[in-house]
Amino acid sequence: MSDLRNLDVELVHQPAFLDPVTSVIPTFRLLQQDGTLYPGAQAPDMSQELALKIHDTFLFIRALDERMLASQRQGRISFYMTQTGEEASDTCSAAALDAGDVIFAQYREQGALAFRGFSVDQFMNQIFSNHKDLGKGRQMPIHYGSRELNYVTISSPLGTQIPQATGYAFGFRQSQQKQCVICYFGEGAASEGDFHAGLNMAGVLKVPVIFFCRNNGYAISTPVHEQLAGDGVAGRGPGYGLKTLRVDGNDALAVYEATRLARQMAVEEHQPVLIESMTYRLGAHSSSDDPSGYRSRKEEDQWRDKDPVARFRNWLIKQGWWTDAQDQARQAEHRKAVADAMKRAEKLDSPPLEDLFSDVYDLLPWHLQQQQQQAREHILRHPQAYPATAPRLKAAGEGKA
Amino acid sequence: MSQMNLLQAINSALDTAMKQDERVLCFGEDVGAFGGVFRATSHLQEKYGKHRCFNTPLTEQGIIGFANGLATQGQVPVAEIQFADYIFPAFDQIVNETAKYRYRSGNEFNVGSLTIRTPYGGGIHGGLYHSQSPEAYFTHTPGLKVVVPRNPEQAKGLLLASIRDDNPVLFFEPKKLYRAAVGEVPDEDYTLPLGQAEVLREGTDVTLVAWGAQVQAIEKAAELAAEAGISCEVIDLRTLLPWDHDTLATSLKKTGRLIINHEAPRTSGFGAELAASLQESCFLYLESPILRVTGWDTPFPLALEKEYFPNELRTLDAIKASVGY
Repeated sequence: MSDLRNLDVELVHQPAFLDPVTSVIPTFRLLQQDGTLYPGAQAPDMSQELALKIHDTFLFIRALDERMLASQRQGRISFYMTQTGEEASDTCSAAALDAGDVIFAQYREQGALAFRGFSVDQFMNQIFSNHKDLGKGRQMPIHYGSRELNYVTISSPLGTQIPQATGYAFGFRQSQQKQCVICYFGEGAASEGDFHAGLNMAGVLKVPVIFFCRNNGYAISTPVHEQLAGDGVAGRGPGYGLKTLRVDGNDALAVYEATRLARQMAVEEHQPVLIESMTYRLGAHSSSDDPSGYRSRKEEDQWRDKDPVARFRNWLIKQGWWTDAQDQARQAEHRKAVADAMKRAEKLDSPPLEDLFSDVYDLLPWHLQQQQQQAREHILRHPQAYPATAPRLKAAGEGKA
Repeated sequence: MSQMNLLQAINSALDTAMKQDERVLCFGEDVGAFGGVFRATSHLQEKYGKHRCFNTPLTEQGIIGFANGLATQGQVPVAEIQFADYIFPAFDQIVNETAKYRYRSGNEFNVGSLTIRTPYGGGIHGGLYHSQSPEAYFTHTPGLKVVVPRNPEQAKGLLLASIRDDNPVLFFEPKKLYRAAVGEVPDEDYTLPLGQAEVLREGTDVTLVAWGAQVQAIEKAAELAAEAGISCEVIDLRTLLPWDHDTLATSLKKTGRLIINHEAPRTSGFGAELAASLQESCFLYLESPILRVTGWDTPFPLALEKEYFPNELRTLDAIKASVGY
């Protein structure tokens, strides 16, 4: 028998329509803003070393975001996206994983990448699209990726990574690796068809994946209540057969603990999990956006008072693991490291002309060889118009001669 | 050698690939125990288990997104889209993800192991939504390879080559020929080269080129033309992206006349690309304008399917027009 539907669990004789459900799923929170635990709340088993690494990642990201946004305003880079206010969501979830677990990110998860060990120079080389960028200068700033760090290169279309994460996790199961995939996205992307496709397939195929939604209140300007009905993104999870938890995304300890438990279920039981992390984007959507057109200063200030970085720092200080003086000093070190790396990255050449044509395929097919040659000849005929590539093409030509 | 129809040849290719490499996984709608709506994946689940040949939910964008992730992880996915008419929900995954994975990451990641199989084309009374030939949407996307076989022997060799090629391949199967085309197919493992056209019949007056099911139309047209004393060279393009310019240009320089036949509508069809490129490289050799014999610029019809088809008679008319120019 293949029809496994169970239609007779409970029979009723009145047409009892279910009401839509809102605000039913509770929010998991451990830490109060002053750095003390809620009564009855238990701190996760987190070593001092790990806690300080998380905090150091926070401070680095704050320094990076602040400097890069300023650089965009100065016209030194074309585009940037900060994650101010959301650092705990991605950093602490990534901190709860194994380094061999794979990250599919959206675009506002630089904390997870920094936690994995992406260096300040690697960040800068990508942002400045120079020839040392792992992505060969092909994508707009913030589209990072690293095979070595198991951080799949970001793509701009929203939600496309969600069914891919399901597929990657199926591959882990298939090759019997005890790893999982974490997939980040925003609550706006959760309206894309790929979200529903990816979660449904994960539930049906039983794969080790954690879907991690950063519900930060806005998709560019669109507030959540104009984005979705029902009980948020978490409300979707049970319908797709996923274990589901809503967590305070500004609570580093709660995010860590939620993800640690999710990882166990994913890896040990091949049970996919959905975590909805409730947070707030304190900055603009991107350097091209101005939030004053769609939300109030008062609202932002209320969330500034819930700053996840300050909350975690308060806990660290109460633990006796960190001091304000150390914090100030470390902030200054990160600012200097970022500024120095930026100066280095700015001076590096753009990628060579060959990188315009390479990696479309594994090898250059005839038509791309032909087009590359045409491009080269054209540039050499008009060298003044192509200052980035013409001198190098000339030098290479003379070298050969 | 065995007598096989085109479906059996596809099934034999999948069987061969799965036997040789345990990373090869076949999945899609109804692909599992049922073996696919056309039975291309028959018995593969029995042989290799539910974890290597399985059903997916009914979500084309999900299937291809899932396949992209699997390929990134190192598996060798062969994803089936049940009809090419239904590939469009997956268009974003194919065009923005599959095709650009390697390029956008600087080859940190790629989905080169991915093959997407899908039945295409008319001739089964399928109307608008079971008959389309959407290859040109994909030949416009750098990063993909597009392959179309014409018969069982070609289908097995080209599919095995597609599965093993280190680039994502869209493999369009002419469903009209699934059971209609029968021929000798080697039982062993073999591949046929991607990116190479094949000259099926040599001639001196006119070059005819087509792919997939339409190769039969130009072969028949060549026979009819021969009766009228016109010698046609018949070429199966086999791979549309990247296509074999040299074989076509060599032929065109010899005959001076070219007729392109495809089932898809004319405007912005792949024939336009061939005509534009070849007039550029062979201009001084041309005796007459390059002609296209194609489906009309309409949705695919039902009752008037015969009138839609760019068949051998329409091809013959074009041959005469070309020679008489």
